[in-house]
Amino acid sequence: MSRRITINPVTRLEGHGKIEIFLDDAGNVERAFFQVPELRGFETFCLDRPAEEMPRITPRICGVCPTAHHMASTRCLDDLWKVDPPPTAKKLRELAYNAFMVEDHFLHFFFLGGPDFVVGPTAPAAQRNILGVIGRVGREIAGQVIRLRREVRQMMETMMGKVIHPVFGLPGGVSRGISEDERKKFQPTGKLALELAQFALKLFNDIVLGNKQYVDLVLSDTYTHKTYYMGLVDERNRVSFYDGQIRLVDPAGKPRAKFAPRDYAKHIAEHVEPWTYITFPYLKDVGWKGFVDGPESGVYRVAPLARLNAADGMATARAQAEYEKMYQTLGGKPVHATLAFHWARLIEALQAAERMVELLDDESITGSDIRRLPTATPEEGVGVVEAPRGTLIHHYWTDPRGILTRVNLIVATNHNAAPMAMSVEKAAKGMIKGGNVSEGLLNTVEMAFRAYDPCHACATHAIGRTPLELTIRNREGKALCVVRR
Amino acid sequence: MAKPKVAFYWCASCGGCEEAVVDLHEKILEVVEAVDIVLWPVALDFKKSHIEAMKPGEIAVAFINGAVRLSENEEWVKLLREKSGLVVAFGSCAHMGGIPGLANYTTREAILANKYFNAPTVDNKENVLPQPETKINGHALELPRFWEDVKPLDEVIEVDCYLPGCPPPPDLIGSAVGAILKGELPPRGSVLAPAKSQCESCPLNESKPEKIAITEFKRLATSSADPKTCFLAQGFVCLGPATRSGCGERCIRGNMPCRGCFGPPPQALDQGTKFLSSLAAMLQANTDEEARAVADTIVDPLGTFYRFSLPKSLLRRRCEHKRT
Repeated sequence: MSRRITINPVTRLEGHGKIEIFLDDAGNVERAFFQVPELRGFETFCLDRPAEEMPRITPRICGVCPTAHHMASTRCLDDLWKVDPPPTAKKLRELAYNAFMVEDHFLHFFFLGGPDFVVGPTAPAAQRNILGVIGRVGREIAGQVIRLRREVRQMMETMMGKVIHPVFGLPGGVSRGISEDERKKFQPTGKLALELAQFALKLFNDIVLGNKQYVDLVLSDTYTHKTYYMGLVDERNRVSFYDGQIRLVDPAGKPRAKFAPRDYAKHIAEHVEPWTYITFPYLKDVGWKGFVDGPESGVYRVAPLARLNAADGMATARAQAEYEKMYQTLGGKPVHATLAFHWARLIEALQAAERMVELLDDESITGSDIRRLPTATPEEGVGVVEAPRGTLIHHYWTDPRGILTRVNLIVATNHNAAPMAMSVEKAAKGMIKGGNVSEGLLNTVEMAFRAYDPCHACATHAIGRTPLELTIRNREGKALCVVRR
Repeated sequence: MAKPKVAFYWCASCGGCEEAVVDLHEKILEVVEAVDIVLWPVALDFKKSHIEAMKPGEIAVAFINGAVRLSENEEWVKLLREKSGLVVAFGSCAHMGGIPGLANYTTREAILANKYFNAPTVDNKENVLPQPETKINGHALELPRFWEDVKPLDEVIEVDCYLPGCPPPPDLIGSAVGAILKGELPPRGSVLAPAKSQCESCPLNESKPEKIAITEFKRLATSSADPKTCFLAQGFVCLGPATRSGCGERCIRGNMPCRGCFGPPPQALDQGTKFLSSLAAMLQANTDEEARAVADTIVDPLGTFYRFSLPKSLLRRRCEHKRT
């Protein structure tokens, strides 16, 4: 008898995530679908708004990564008005952005994704959360992590006006600079971020790499997809969050393309399915071949591991050493193991912390030249940054007054929509055989998701537990059993 | 004595209100000790049937954020209303519709067409649209319908009080929770923020002249603002006069004008008309034509004056009327 398994809600952000798994007559997984049942229509209701308001409107797409939308939008305005911000403004933006990357990546590691490893994938569900992490690392370290979150977010609030939904970005610069007193006040925060980034990597090293079972899990076929990878790189092809060109590598790790943000539409197209509101981006020249991996499929991935795969290295010294170690340990580039996203995320947090320290040590960041006023007539602009969860694209068209006439947004979790659906399906197929649905399925399916830190996970960052309910139904839709945690 | 039961729920929102709760930092531990949280989808295990099994009024207070947009949102908030003694509309979206409420400026059809047909990167030759039900190999996959309109919470259920802001600042969240726990309940319909306009608490208020005379409105795209002078006095649109105080003027301190996320001040029903009446006194004009010319230099009055409050406003939504 065929059966149907519904996991709903997986988690929420802009609505729900929902997983539907269909079993064949033998009780094996026939197909699994990852659905996003929500749409809010930012591309449409932003029309007729003045473009300069977009950095204040688009952060409401996501209250967990509002800084990413704020910054992509602000950079889009630079391009729209053809204005290059003065060096001080660029430094201020980059400082705020790296602070955000540190804070966001840490939350994921300590509160959301990390507990699966730090506490253990098969630990009792009641311990597999931040409290379990505190038990493992000790109250002192946990206190430091909480203190760092507070300090970094206070620094971001000072710089950007608000930390949830920032306001300081304008075409050609920022609305507010920092004083020498503020710089001195922020410096210890940067140093604390650096210490904790190194600590987190050591913890990962001790707990995960020191355990063969974990390493096997990370490298297992169940969590592997051989896809293309995409990420921003600087002029030396190193990982970059705030600025740069988009680079693509193929599943063998060979560079395939490198292009300016403005040319994104030449390389990316979106596929539409009738059963979900989310679209599925793919590489245009390779084509949409369905939910499959390999060089023949246009499916690509973004976010930490993808960025590291797409780059030649990290932009800072300590992060570079960790980068080399990761590839050495996992068998060279590219790494296709989805769970290695967690490792890559910590290496990125280290780079972001190192950049924070560098920028805060630069006395010129307190300069007063924070804005270059636009003089050109606006028409079309593209802004791209690397959000914690991947490449974020804002594209605006305006009339000569700068009033929006067309908007296109491809957000980070959007790029990973097809890979996430595939990872969930593969995890389900790996777990469900002959109709036996193990309770462990719940967490392994969650782990397939969590590695991507999908934006739906949002405030789950806080406590680290995704409510999951799994219903097994017969063909008539009658619930045969409910598993819940 | 049993701890009071508290529920947190979210509808159409961005997650920023949840982050604002987390930004209570260690204070959230005090809250957790004082109450029994029976529902918080982001953080705790829960089940709808668990709430359904409760007695009416069993939950002391439900904090609900996000606008109401899907049928599922409506089912949930009605259930929580039945089971809760108090319902607090948490944040701008529940309070007034918020930024997603700008969708009432457009239509469901336009949103779908722009997303799935007209987007420059979409390749959809067969004009596929997401459907309420799709059959694949005989398996049915369902999607909820989304409504034509975005609604504030009090259009769907009765709301006891409102915690304004996008998101509400942690100090107001803390004091609201404290007041409720102590049983110091404000009257029904209260907005849990100071009963004055933002100008009154603005750090730039001293630089606001007695009489503002604007001959042309400036835009931040092409002008820079002096961080020490009232935005309106400089000729930038700032919603301060039409906005309730309590946010800590964080945008102003970031050298950006107010966009009104706290909603109208006391005694004002409609934020946009409140701002218009303030504005009328600021236009430097001797004739109607001159006044119109100055007012015409404001770009996007609707999307600015009603940035957070369109669904809650007297306008509610944009309608297309055919001229006969």
